[in-house]
Amino acid sequence: MDSMHDLGGKQGFGTIAYPAQPHDETWEPLARALSAISVKTHIYNMDEYRHAIERMAPIHYMSAPYYERVLTAAATLAVEKGITTKEELEALVEGSFPLALPIGPGRMAAPPQTFEIGETVRVKYEFVSGHHRMPGYIRGKTGVVVGISPPYPFPDASAHQMQATMEPTYDVRFRSTELWPDSSDEAFNHVGVFQSYLEKVPQP
Amino acid sequence: MVATAPKPPAPIEQRTAALEIVLKGKGILPDGFVEEFTEHAEDEWVTSNGGQMVARAWTDPEYRERMLKDGTAAAREMGFDFPEHHRQLVVLENTPDIHNLIVCTLCSCTAYTIIGAAPDWYKDMEYRARVVRESRTALREMGLDLPATTEIRVWDTTADTRYMVLPVQPPATAGWPAEKLAPIVTQDSMIGASRLDEVKG
Repeated sequence: MDSMHDLGGKQGFGTIAYPAQPHDETWEPLARALSAISVKTHIYNMDEYRHAIERMAPIHYMSAPYYERVLTAAATLAVEKGITTKEELEALVEGSFPLALPIGPGRMAAPPQTFEIGETVRVKYEFVSGHHRMPGYIRGKTGVVVGISPPYPFPDASAHQMQATMEPTYDVRFRSTELWPDSSDEAFNHVGVFQSYLEKVPQP
Repeated sequence: MVATAPKPPAPIEQRTAALEIVLKGKGILPDGFVEEFTEHAEDEWVTSNGGQMVARAWTDPEYRERMLKDGTAAAREMGFDFPEHHRQLVVLENTPDIHNLIVCTLCSCTAYTIIGAAPDWYKDMEYRARVVRESRTALREMGLDLPATTEIRVWDTTADTRYMVLPVQPPATAGWPAEKLAPIVTQDSMIGASRLDEVKG
């Protein structure tokens, strides 16, 4: 989903607020605990949680503090899973209770394939309307495999209540100067890329 | 037809309390869970866990080798654990000429059971947006001015792998025992936002 959350490489942001300043938000630990109990009791999994945050209306996403996004995802999924209703929540507050926008379809993993350490691979040039874990800045880009993970559930399916097959991810090394030619500091950028997002590069 | 203006959002404190009431009412949220969970997070998932691992790696070459090969096993060996969705810990070794830096551009993932809860700046949009593309500039603004010869390696946490940086041991601390070294290892140094070169003996 090409929504606001996909921030890597976006321009126009100012200085990083470093180091952290102390602040007093007593509701934040509560929001975190409510999300934790929801995951623990299997109301939703971590992929559904992440996608619910991504589905927040763009202006809401950009303006909400971190733990408001956590709370919004927990409330949205509680409503979508039939635990409660928007009306029941709004009856308890003075004002509206904005939730994330409705979920669309997910997708299954691609047929299995294998890649090796040192192999040059390409990230597929594809556009997914549901949840996925490929930052937009590597779409269609070429890099080198530097690590292979154990199998993880495929998030594009797992976030959409579909049977998620397990597949490895590959830590792929990209050059910043190839991701953003003439427009980046020089660095190696590494991304953990699910197997289904990658394709072979024809050898010369 | 005249559209009625939507009601403004309720204060976030009220919305959080409302979900608490609902989850309690449906029997999902047990009494005391919030307090127990918060206490557990604050007491168990702390920076000193990673600090102990780093200090041991600095003083025990065999542990260092095991840690770089299999971070998950090296953490478990020290009695630390992971949530289900942290299925692998990869430890990234800094050298005088290589600097590793961790980010989660899509949200906020960290190895929080090992290095502690992510600081605010790590979860902020400025860090998430800029550090992959303007890594050297962003680090300089944060107080880490790396020489042009230092290679920067940025690691975007996008799956169930978690990362931590193994910082370079400050030269002034050569020969210190692990117990004395662990407290000098900061959370920022294990994220890669800082180095420990300046630490004095």
